[in-house]
Amino acid sequence: MASTGDLEPTHYPARRAAQVALHYLNTHHGSPFRVFGLQQVHKASAEDVAAGGRKYKLDFSVTDWGSGSAGPALRCSADVLFPRTERHSAPEVQLHCEALHQINSTAQEEDAFYQKYISPDSTVSARDIPDSFGNMSEEMQPFWRLARVAASFIMLRESSENTEFNMAKVASVTQQESSEEQLMLEFVVLLHDFPSQEIVQWKLLASWSPDRGVRVLQTEWQPRCPHATKPPN
Amino acid sequence: TMKGSVISVLVVLAVVDRLAGGLEHRSYDYTKYHTMDEISAWMNQMERENPDVVSSMIYGQTYENRNITLLKIGFKSTTPKKAVWMDCGIHAREWIAPAFCQHFVKEILGSYKTDSNVNMLFKNLDFYITPVLNMDGYIYSWRDKTTRLWRKSRSPGTGNCTCFGTDLNRNFYANWGMVGISRDCCSDIYNGPTALSEPEAKAVTDFLGAHQNEVLCYLTIHSYGQLILIPYGHPNISAPNYEELMEVGLAAAKAIKAVHGTSYKVGTAPDILYANSGTSRDFARLIRIPYSFTFELRDKGNYGFILPEDQIQPACEESYQGAMSIVNYVHDKNFKSAAITGTLATVF
Repeated sequence: MASTGDLEPTHYPARRAAQVALHYLNTHHGSPFRVFGLQQVHKASAEDVAAGGRKYKLDFSVTDWGSGSAGPALRCSADVLFPRTERHSAPEVQLHCEALHQINSTAQEEDAFYQKYISPDSTVSARDIPDSFGNMSEEMQPFWRLARVAASFIMLRESSENTEFNMAKVASVTQQESSEEQLMLEFVVLLHDFPSQEIVQWKLLASWSPDRGVRVLQTEWQPRCPHATKPPN
Repeated sequence: TMKGSVISVLVVLAVVDRLAGGLEHRSYDYTKYHTMDEISAWMNQMERENPDVVSSMIYGQTYENRNITLLKIGFKSTTPKKAVWMDCGIHAREWIAPAFCQHFVKEILGSYKTDSNVNMLFKNLDFYITPVLNMDGYIYSWRDKTTRLWRKSRSPGTGNCTCFGTDLNRNFYANWGMVGISRDCCSDIYNGPTALSEPEAKAVTDFLGAHQNEVLCYLTIHSYGQLILIPYGHPNISAPNYEELMEVGLAAAKAIKAVHGTSYKVGTAPDILYANSGTSRDFARLIRIPYSFTFELRDKGNYGFILPEDQIQPACEESYQGAMSIVNYVHDKNFKSAAITGTLATVF
């Protein structure tokens, strides 16, 4: 049913592939002060590949949610390969964005944030970010972004041509004891998938420092209802 | 003395205000999300305060036996008028949608006396507006933080099913069960044991069926995604007026963008979102309501369903222009001569 060759940039196949590239971008360049969102797909094409799978070529623009809609758009190109295997395996992404290192540095905010919370006494713990009305305190915003970046690891891994993930909310954040000078945070995040309209819950352990960026150490799918016993896939 | 009589008038007004409960003169905050009770009280208030142009109609019951109510808005007429239908809140967690319906009502009621365009719409059309269709689900999504992301109705599962709810927007008699649904009753796109199993879907179906010849335009409001969807949800079925629907949708997206720069995409669901069936939009088009659109409001996934309250106003302002763009097109197509000279009807 999927077409090979040029894709309509406003249609969902191109957008879903671009979203996967976004998740990849955020895993590499996201931070407590930087989360990228898709602005627009300019061009897209797809072809079946010999090894079995489908490769998308994308030309798109992204913006940094942190700087609001006033921020500049970055032009990116990506190859996104969705493998066709019996059991799901993660898509493979190759990505290049222009001027990535020219965007406004957030080094100062990152250092201040790091210094504040790396102290051994720090025991951040919060639930429901944002609350039901979309509110979150200024103090929680970097934690929300960290959760969003960490969730990108999961969303990237779980993506296929039949999914389109966003993070719906952060159910909880609990700071763990720092390790190797990394902030250690346990998150429970709720992800939303468009095609199934499901809300999927994941618990994860992530580390962050200004030097090493975000790493995800553990992930665990969580059932949401008492009677739901198996993962969505 | 003049001063004395002014003071007496003010005292009388204050007393009347207290006797009336005081609620009427407290401004309703359209920039906050409201509970179902608040919305119901607001609907009563709109009817009470604007008796010459607003009446309410109960057109069904939810599973939990609540009255599904719409506001009928327009100049009263002894003969049947053409109409525009708008429903909000088919999906419980999409709180910005009921907020939009309330904003829309506020805008048209606040401008029909002075804005010659809205005045003309009131003359030639009735607006049937349902601020919250899935009342049971909406109330459930307010219960606590764990229920905020509920989508479906609250009917209990049938047979061996231990989960609640049917996706109302897969339950309509419009290619029911064909694509974009799940037969797992725990799924968020479970289309119900049968078509129209849900009383909420049946209420809309019955009303539209009874007013089939009057309703020119069907608008159903959802979030999120920043999309305007046109029929049909099945990839192999095209609406006969596809080109026109695209034109009208694109004009609406342009009107939206002009307000705050927000981009909306326009297309059929299988093109720009995903294939689906049993939707209310498809049902409306199938019973020959020519202009049928789904609006997916802000945002594109940053906050998703939990759109912050400080975005309610700009989201509603831009979507209002989009909706009015469509309403005006539909009106002008049906009332050509009136489009040229819109005269203020003297009601007051």
